[in-house]
Amino acid sequence: MTAGQQPLLALSAVTKVFGGVHALDNVSLNVLPKQIAGIIGPNGAGKTTTFNIITGAYRPSRGTVMLGGTDIGSEPSHRIARAGISRTFQNIRLFADLTVLEHLLVAQPHGEFALRRLLPTRWANPQALRRAQETLEFFELEDVRERIAGSLPYGVQRRVEMARAITARPKLLLLDEPVAGMNHDEAEHIRRLMLKLRDGGVSILLIEHDMSFVMNLCDYLYVLDFGVMIAQGPPDQIRTNPVVLDAYLGYAA
Amino acid sequence: MLLQQLVNGITLGAIYTLIALSFSLVMGILGVLNLAIAELFMLGGYFGFVAISAGLPLPIALLFGMAGSAILAGVIEKIGYQPFRNTTVVTPMLSTLGFSIILQNVATNLWGSDPLQLSDEVLGGRFMIGPIGISAMQLTLLGATVILVALLAFVVQRTSIGRALRAVAENRDVARLLGVSADRVTLLAFMLSGALAGAAGVLISLHYGAITPYIGVEIGLKAIAVMVVGGTTRIWGALIAGPLIGVVEVITIAYGGSQIRDFVVYGFMILILLLRPKGILGGAAADRVQRI
Repeated sequence: MTAGQQPLLALSAVTKVFGGVHALDNVSLNVLPKQIAGIIGPNGAGKTTTFNIITGAYRPSRGTVMLGGTDIGSEPSHRIARAGISRTFQNIRLFADLTVLEHLLVAQPHGEFALRRLLPTRWANPQALRRAQETLEFFELEDVRERIAGSLPYGVQRRVEMARAITARPKLLLLDEPVAGMNHDEAEHIRRLMLKLRDGGVSILLIEHDMSFVMNLCDYLYVLDFGVMIAQGPPDQIRTNPVVLDAYLGYAA
Repeated sequence: MLLQQLVNGITLGAIYTLIALSFSLVMGILGVLNLAIAELFMLGGYFGFVAISAGLPLPIALLFGMAGSAILAGVIEKIGYQPFRNTTVVTPMLSTLGFSIILQNVATNLWGSDPLQLSDEVLGGRFMIGPIGISAMQLTLLGATVILVALLAFVVQRTSIGRALRAVAENRDVARLLGVSADRVTLLAFMLSGALAGAAGVLISLHYGAITPYIGVEIGLKAIAVMVVGGTTRIWGALIAGPLIGVVEVITIAYGGSQIRDFVVYGFMILILLLRPKGILGGAAADRVQRI
């Protein structure tokens, strides 16, 4: 980690206890601006719990979650989203009845109760439409813009979910197994998109089991095992770390 | 006169449709039956009466009834629903039932249990289309219903509020993670629903020229039947089911007498549900259900 650089996201000594079980135990983790960081670890290691803590679905039992210097550990989910964190899910969670375009519009900021929300979007919020269009182009989704998201093929749905997460221009994007179930070409497509996003200024924190994908993409890796952070470092160090090999690679597919 | 009865049935059915849509808006998002909607409908009628008696024109009376019921619906959401969010589905239903009884009691104390009558017809005048007579108020009621349903469809389908409603209806947690304030959307759904019920109350009471504190129980319960017959997960099913139930009801009264009305109406509801358990529209495309 570069010394002196202010982290965008900082988890400090976060512990999460579910009925006596430590799902996360004293976990600290930083994501720097324009960094792609990865969390790896066997199933049940606490990776998704970490995401749920960051997005406000769970409250940390102990420890703090800071976004750009502000404590977000007790904020409700929608406030955290508006503060600049968005995510995708391990199992895709799209709105089955909304079109692709509507997914991108619903995810954008809108003044609560403002009367203009009762006007057609094309008058009330042309900026939202423009952003949605840019996002569609970026993810190569223009062809399916008016299609019902639930009817699209799996790989396309994954891209719609990423597009939905990115359309509000978050500072930090959390991706939960973004290339699970994808073939090599599709995964490569996603990898290129993520690099472009990073270069555009978005920080990314991802969970992924595909080791070659993680090693090729991430700037920095955290390794969780049974809720404990057992190692961290650049991919080259993690690849050869004996603790990691012992705890993790035995489980790897 | 069969045609005349059809017109009268469709008029009544339009009111059922409005109230059924009111129930569906809350049901679609929260899976909760807001039983107080029946009384918001009744109170909307009284609000309309008060406005008309004060000499205000009909459009203002309509807006007055809608606003009054919408505000009450907001209060019900805050006191009768929000605190019970994480309980079983029965708890908020019971608390809205409590509100329903309280509101009926309030209306009885304010305006008495005898029917209030308007001294003059709100919109005099009657048009004859061949043998069918249709009053100006009836036409206004039908026109207003069409406009309100179109506005609702527009809001739900084309505006950012509507998209937020549909997103929360499908997945509250994911919607929140996208920055949608699900609590605000819930409040808004209650208020929109209240406004629709209030509008229905104003329209039907001015059409009849009379109102009692008990119309909510009778008409509101039938509106729930309309929602179920139309398909609880397909709110636009109410557009078909409302007029259908209204026509069945009016024709039953005309040819069989009012003593068998409820027997036929509710029997018809059960029959339709036996044939199409998910409602008229619900069974057709269960895999592509739009909740609201």
